[in-house]
Amino acid sequence: MATTVIPFGPQHPVLPEPVHLTLKVEDEIVKEAIPALGYVHRGLEKLADIRDYHQMINVCERVCGICSMIHAVCYSQSIEELMGVEVPDRAKMLRIIWSELHRCHSHLLWLGLFADAFGFEALFMQFWRVRERIMDINEATTGSRVIVSVNVIGGVRADLSPEQIRWILSEIEIVEKEVRAMQDTIMNDYTVKSRTVGIGVMTKEQAWELGAAGPTLRGSGVAQDMRMTGYGAYGELDFEPVVETAGDCWARSTVRFREVLQSIDLVRQAIAKLPEGELATKVKGNPPEGEIFTRVEQPRGECVYYIRGNGTKHLDRLRIRTPTFANIPPLLGMLPGCELADVPVIVLSIDPCISCTER
Amino acid sequence: MQGKVIDVTVDSLVGEVMHMKNDGQRLVTYSTYQEGDKIGILYHFDKNLEITHLRLLADMDKPIPSVSGVYFAALLVENEIRDQWDVKFDGLVLDFNRTLYLDPEVTQVPLVSNVKIEPKK
Repeated sequence: MATTVIPFGPQHPVLPEPVHLTLKVEDEIVKEAIPALGYVHRGLEKLADIRDYHQMINVCERVCGICSMIHAVCYSQSIEELMGVEVPDRAKMLRIIWSELHRCHSHLLWLGLFADAFGFEALFMQFWRVRERIMDINEATTGSRVIVSVNVIGGVRADLSPEQIRWILSEIEIVEKEVRAMQDTIMNDYTVKSRTVGIGVMTKEQAWELGAAGPTLRGSGVAQDMRMTGYGAYGELDFEPVVETAGDCWARSTVRFREVLQSIDLVRQAIAKLPEGELATKVKGNPPEGEIFTRVEQPRGECVYYIRGNGTKHLDRLRIRTPTFANIPPLLGMLPGCELADVPVIVLSIDPCISCTER
Repeated sequence: MQGKVIDVTVDSLVGEVMHMKNDGQRLVTYSTYQEGDKIGILYHFDKNLEITHLRLLADMDKPIPSVSGVYFAALLVENEIRDQWDVKFDGLVLDFNRTLYLDPEVTQVPLVSNVKIEPKK
């Protein structure tokens, strides 16, 4: 059988992320996939040389718009631990509220894109319509829809008033109701299942060995969620990782769908436990010194920050490992053996964010 | 730093990584930093949310054994280090040869000051 080489991307109608895959295909079956990155690499880690450690929060938020809040939390927590800064309990809980709202809108965005990938335009628009309510909450409470910029070293810079809290609770109730109304379609519809069930299967062992992260890992039956480490105030909340065992595109989409509902529940829990108190601790003392390794759970999975401070206002080293970076080797493991027509769905099933990967 | 840190050398690295794999550890990623004229590489592993780091301090101008034969997932991060620090890895399963992120005509190593490299023909 002759081998045909088909270039996929960097610009592709179904994938608004500039990644290129060289697909070696025999009779419409993919035999090998080789990635090419670097189309949008920005060198943000290098900016630590010229921006001080306070300014780097804004840089970290711009690693990825959709995960911006959680990037800022991870970076802030690292610096706070290096400097021995105690974050007020109210700030910890507020960070969770905005983080879970981010997870919620990220998953709703992805669920819409996923529906769009197999031509279900009505479902795509419904998910995005519901997502707007979360974006409106972000805008009303922080001033921005996507990059909310509420984190500072030592806490947060914005608060929620009792009126805002009541409004958030009423809005997420509507979101929950509308998302549940779409549950049967995204999880049981014949068209959706025919494009996702048994497609891009990755076993539990493969997922572990290939270093998968987030819903890609949990969709293969591994109950691994960084929030279980209890960072921030997650230790005070009650939840279990969302896990599916099929390891296919359907399982990964189901994990994300159920995580939308989980995030809504976590927002409610965080609001119920929101203590009174200060928003931020004043940062005193010398700039960060020493090294630290921090992990948080982003919508796409485990995000890693490694920071080395040298006692000056500029960090010695800032290393960011984003979840999509971790999920590219699993993608290369999933693609061989699939049909060419399934490639966009499989690629989309890891929720690729090349902006993150090429920080 | 969170987690246990185990020091390794260029000679003991692959054996230690094999040991981690046999223990059921997941390779999370590597982190790199510069210490004088040496490169420090931390290999991060995870098992049941417990993190373990292998720390390698190696010469920048000498090749480091690749562990991509043990963990396939190492191929991307090793290529990234090759791009950003101009450190070579012996036995890399898919070697982009310093062009994972960088264009062939780039001559400045991004994360090492004042080190120039030859552009690729």
